[in-house]
Amino acid sequence: MNGNAGKAQSRRDFIRSVMRAFCLAVLGIFSGAVLLGRRCSRSGGAAGGKACSGCPELGRCASGYAALVRPVSARRTVWQLDPAKCIQCGRCATNCVLESSAVKCVHRFEMCGYCKLCFGFFQPGASSLTSAAENQLCPTGAIRRKFIEEPYYEYTIDESLCIGCGKCVKTCGAFGNGSLVLQVRHDRCMNCNECSIARNCPAGAYSRVPSDQPYLARQVSKTT
Amino acid sequence: MRILAVICFLVISAMTVSGENRFPKPQFEKGYSAPVTAMPGPRSMAMESLDVVVLFCALSLAAWLVLKKRSRRGIFLLTIFSLIYFGFWRKGCICSIGAIQNVTLWLFDNQYVLPLSAAAFFILPLVFALLFGRVFCAAVCPLGTLQDAMVLFPVKLPLPVVQVLRVVPYVYLGLAVLFAATGTAFFICRLDPFVPLFRMSGELPILMTGVVLLLLGIFIARPYCRFLCPFGVLLNWMSRFSKWHATITPDECVKCRLCEKSCPFDAILVPNVDQVPEPRASGGRRLVLLLLLLPLLVVGGGWAGSRLYAVFARENATVRLAEALQKENQVELKELAFEKETFDGSGMKKESLYRQAAALRAGFRSGGWIFGGFLGMVLGCAMIGSSVRRTREFYEPDRGACLSCARCFMSCPKEWQKNKIVTN
Repeated sequence: MNGNAGKAQSRRDFIRSVMRAFCLAVLGIFSGAVLLGRRCSRSGGAAGGKACSGCPELGRCASGYAALVRPVSARRTVWQLDPAKCIQCGRCATNCVLESSAVKCVHRFEMCGYCKLCFGFFQPGASSLTSAAENQLCPTGAIRRKFIEEPYYEYTIDESLCIGCGKCVKTCGAFGNGSLVLQVRHDRCMNCNECSIARNCPAGAYSRVPSDQPYLARQVSKTT
Repeated sequence: MRILAVICFLVISAMTVSGENRFPKPQFEKGYSAPVTAMPGPRSMAMESLDVVVLFCALSLAAWLVLKKRSRRGIFLLTIFSLIYFGFWRKGCICSIGAIQNVTLWLFDNQYVLPLSAAAFFILPLVFALLFGRVFCAAVCPLGTLQDAMVLFPVKLPLPVVQVLRVVPYVYLGLAVLFAATGTAFFICRLDPFVPLFRMSGELPILMTGVVLLLLGIFIARPYCRFLCPFGVLLNWMSRFSKWHATITPDECVKCRLCEKSCPFDAILVPNVDQVPEPRASGGRRLVLLLLLLPLLVVGGGWAGSRLYAVFARENATVRLAEALQKENQVELKELAFEKETFDGSGMKKESLYRQAAALRAGFRSGGWIFGGFLGMVLGCAMIGSSVRRTREFYEPDRGACLSCARCFMSCPKEWQKNKIVTN
């Protein structure tokens, strides 16, 4: 009885060590692939998705393994939306995992015409050009209008009120200078593994960008 | 009025063609400087490498606490630390469970760039499981530690129920891999019940699921870990072959039965040398039958999985749009109005969209075969596993299911002796 149990035990140990070696090999191959991918994408346009172009190791990769190499990057990336692709469907306001979306309207002042009749601010057919609530396009009244000098007005976004619906962005882009754009604000964004807005974006405007250039809107980063 | 508006619009559109801005930037007479919009950067650059370092340290510490120190208190403290760090501070993202999908997508899509941190979060717990057992589950995983804190009045479920429920994670893993491999969705992240709790925001159904699972966890210990977690499947496999694994007793088992009730996860195997074994002939016959059934299950499962491809494929945005356009499904097209608008604006030909969709559907069909076959294999192996008798002389942890939580240690009288709580 004891001898049998002992034999069973040693057999089990043997199977276990063989399987362990197998698992180790699988994990080893995986790690190897990660390290190889890392090496090949170190100085390529990793963020652009084409990790291998421009890689100094490419010659070595291409010699038979190119099809197997998958890019790996240590560079941190964050979600951002491309205003050029954005169609202002309004889903940014409703699809973020946060209660109040991480996407906000950003005003690029250097592009603004400081219009008296701002298409982003006023409802179409507003009865008068005053900041009375019924004239405003913004559903939360997040745009502040301030007189500077005749006939120029300054428009600023109150981010605590902005819900990222993009209504003002749409009309400003259609009739005005397009100085208003939607952007993911990184002080709010949770950087989810799968961005819930990106999943629902009908225009495919969302992508991961390098975290050292976290904004895609033209000229926005220069104003900081 | 309307005509005026149209003219106005035309004039304005014409202006965009000619100049850069429709309304030139004004020359202010008085000094005016535009306000500065703060563009805050992401929280921290070094954070992700720090996460990996903390993960490695926490795993090492957990392994030491379970295997060497044998300290439930230490594991408990580490649990609290992990819950605060990975859970409430890092908001449970990125986690090892979700990293399965990053790795899968990376394997199938050569354009996808795998973040090094995701790779590390995927592989480190597996390596540790292969060496020391599921120490990741014991004290590092934020989802596990959150549930571990809720294990208050665990009840024992009937063994058949547990055995059936333990198949669910395989289904979840299979589906998650299928959807990640086709680049359709990251279902593990979308359906994660606890991350919304860490964030204190999210969709109501998911939040409610999290709350219900936590409340359920008071009685059924760690329900997500045992009956849902897809990463648990991989850790289970690794842990079965682990080099070192937590033992219930620090010494030789005296079969006092005191540990029997200490495990809330049904992961203690009782000795069976004293039981009268089933006659060899009937057991053998059943085994042969099950072994013959296995290929049937695999093929049948594969066939069933491939039949489901149309249902699965509809989850994919490209396939959905293509199908709506192809069938001119007005209800669907109304829902996809924005998608259609973008597609029309992109200048892409319908045929090329249809080709893409067809390729995706084909991917789902072959993926469905593999998924179904995998499930058939799992079912078959589970049946064979529960039908084969392994002789056990002593109380042992079930290496696959044991979460290395160290709860059983203090129920062992040998442990008391070792710690000089009792003498002799």
